[in-house]
Amino acid sequence: MRAARDAGRKLLVPYVTGGLGADWCDVVAACAAAGADAVEVGIPFSDPVMDGPTIQEASTRALARGATPASIVAALGEVDAGIPLVVMTYYNVVFRGGHRRFARSLVEHGVSGAIVPDLPLDEFGEWARAADDAGVETILLAAPTTPDDRLVEICERSRGWVYGVGLMGVTGERTSLAASAATMAKRLKAVTDLPVLIGVGVSTPEQAVEVSAAADGVVVGSALVRRLLEGGGPEAAAAFVGELRSALDGMA
Amino acid sequence: MALPEPSPDGRFGEFGGRFIPESLIPACRELEAAFRAAWGDPAFHEEYGRLLRDYGGRPTPVTECHRLSERLGVRVLLKREDLTHTGSHKINNVVGQALLTRRMGKQRVIAETGAGQHGVATATACALFGLECVVYMGEVDVERQALNVFRMELLGADVIPVGSGSRTLKDAVNEALRDWVANVETTHYCIGSVMGPHPYPWMVREFQSILGTEAREQTRAIVGADPDVVVACVGGGSNAAGTFAGFADTPARLVGVEAEGGAAIGHGVPGVVHGMKSFLVQDEEGQVLEAHSISAGLDYPGVGPEHSYLSATGRATYVTAGDDEVLDAFKLLSQTEGIIPALESAHALAWVVRAAGTDELPTGAVVLITLSGRGDKDVAQVRELLS
Ligand SMILES: Cc1ncc(COP(=O)(O)O)c(C=O)c1O
Repeated sequence: MRAARDAGRKLLVPYVTGGLGADWCDVVAACAAAGADAVEVGIPFSDPVMDGPTIQEASTRALARGATPASIVAALGEVDAGIPLVVMTYYNVVFRGGHRRFARSLVEHGVSGAIVPDLPLDEFGEWARAADDAGVETILLAAPTTPDDRLVEICERSRGWVYGVGLMGVTGERTSLAASAATMAKRLKAVTDLPVLIGVGVSTPEQAVEVSAAADGVVVGSALVRRLLEGGGPEAAAAFVGELRSALDGMA
Repeated sequence: MALPEPSPDGRFGEFGGRFIPESLIPACRELEAAFRAAWGDPAFHEEYGRLLRDYGGRPTPVTECHRLSERLGVRVLLKREDLTHTGSHKINNVVGQALLTRRMGKQRVIAETGAGQHGVATATACALFGLECVVYMGEVDVERQALNVFRMELLGADVIPVGSGSRTLKDAVNEALRDWVANVETTHYCIGSVMGPHPYPWMVREFQSILGTEAREQTRAIVGADPDVVVACVGGGSNAAGTFAGFADTPARLVGVEAEGGAAIGHGVPGVVHGMKSFLVQDEEGQVLEAHSISAGLDYPGVGPEHSYLSATGRATYVTAGDDEVLDAFKLLSQTEGIIPALESAHALAWVVRAAGTDELPTGAVVLITLSGRGDKDVAQVRELLS
C-alpha cells in the first residue's frame, strides 16, 4: 500500500460483507481485478454498532445463510486476489475466537490485516500483542473527535495504513461528502507517514476524488454493498470498483 | 462506600472497560470527568437529593409483608421503589444524569428502553429540565408496553421503534449507540442500567445506591439487625447494584435473580458487547443470542460488569426465575399484600417463594426484596396471558 501510494497512486479499498450471497468470494476477486489495492471483508456480527442499515442488512443476510468467522476466513484462503485482504469485525468475534487463535487463523489463510472498530487504543493491548506476534497488521481508526495527541498515538500503533473516519456517524451512503472528511485526512497526514485512507460516508466516484485531494485514498463500503443487496454480483462489483478506480486515476 | 470504585480503566476485576468506537471515546472521558467533579461536589448532592425528595418521592418506605411472611415462613420486607414518581427505581439514575447533561451543556438526550420504565423516567426528567428527548425501543417492546409508549409521547419524547435483530432491548441499545456516534457533540446518552462503557456501570450504580443506603437504615429500624438475605432482579442490574451497594459490607447474602430466558451469568460466558466485557449469552462464534422473557426489562442477553465480578468473587449469587413462577409470584403479591409488582420485580419474589424453607432461605430468615417497580404497565399483558 505504501509503495503504491509513494508511486503516486490513490488507494482504493472496497468493503464486502463476507458470506453475503453464494458468490461473495467471486465478488472479492472481481474487486481486486477491477483495480482495488486491498479488499476489506466484513465478518458479520449480530450487533454491528458502527454500521448503518445497508451493512446491517448485509450482516443479517450473511448470518442467516450460515456465515461464521471460521467459514469466512477459510474461504478467503481460497481467493486468489493478488492484493492484501483484511477482515473487519467486532471485538467479540475476536475475543470469543481467542486472540492468538484468531490471529493465527488469519495468517494461515493469507489474510494480512484486521480492523476492529469497537476496540479503541485503550483496550487494544492484548489483541495488539497477539496480532503483532502472528504478523497480522491491525489498522486503527481515528475519528473527527479524536484529539491531536491521541491521533499521534493511534498512528504510531496502527499497522499498514490508518483509517480516518470521514464523519461523525455510522456507515452508510451520503448524498454529499462531509466537511469533516478532508479535515480528518489533513490532520492525519500532518502526523503520520502511513497511508491515510478515509472511509464512512464515501459513496461515489466524485466523493472519492474530492476526499483524495487530501487523503491517500478511500474505503467504500455501503455504496458497494447496496449494489450487492440489490442483486448485483461480481460484474456489478467490478463495474462500480472500476468507476472508482478510473476516477481516482484521473486525478494524477 | 460499600462497593469500591472500578480501576482507572473502568474494570471490576477483569470485567468492564470501554469497548466503543473511537468517535465516542472523548464523550466517555468528558462524562467521567463531569461525574467525578459532580460526585465530589456538595452542591450537586444537595440538588440531586432535593430533587429526589421533592420531585421523586424519596425516601421510599420499606414495607413488612405480614401475610406473605406467614405464608412463606420467612420474614419478607419490600423496598418500595414502586412508590417513586414514574413508578420504578429508574428515576434515581435519570435525575442524576439529567443534572450531568445540564452541567456538560448538552441539550439533547437519547435513551434505550425495554419495559419503557427507563424511557418514561428519561422523558420525565427531560420535560422537567427542558431537554430534547429521543427514546429507542424494540418493536416487540413497543407492542407489549404500549401504555408506556404513549406515556413517553405525552411527556414530549420521540419514541423510535427499532426493527433490527431481536427487536428488543439489545437492539434498542445498538440503535441508541448509532445515534450517539452521529450526534455525540450535542447529545448525552442516558444509559438506563449499570451497563455500557466506563463510567456508566459505576456512575449508574452510584446513582442507584441511594435505594440500598435507605433500605439498610430502614431494615435496621424495623428488624433491629441487617437482613439475612437481600434479593433483587437483574436485567442490566441497576436496581440490584443499588441495593447491593447498601448491604455489601453487612453479613447479608446477596442474591440477583435473572430471567431464565436472558440469564447472562446463569447461562452465558464472558464476552464484549455494548462497550463492556461481561457475561453474555452468545453462541460458539461470538454472535449474541436473543433473550426471551415475559418481562421486557429483563429481556437482555448481557449484564452489568460489576455483577459478573460479584459473581466471580462469590460476594453475590445469581439465580434464575422462569416465566410461569414469575406470573404466580405476580398474583401472589397482589393478593396477599395488595401490591401489584412489575413483572421484572416479580422475578425476585418468585425466587423467594421457591427458596423459602430451603437451605437457600431457611424458615425464619429475614429477607429484603427490592420491589424495583409497580405493575401498572404490565396489567394489560398479564390479563392477556391469564385469559
Ligand atoms: C421495574 C423494573 N425493574 C427492573 C428492571 C431491570 O433493570 P435493572 O436490572 O437495571 O434494574 C427494569 C427495566 O426496565 C424495570 O422497569
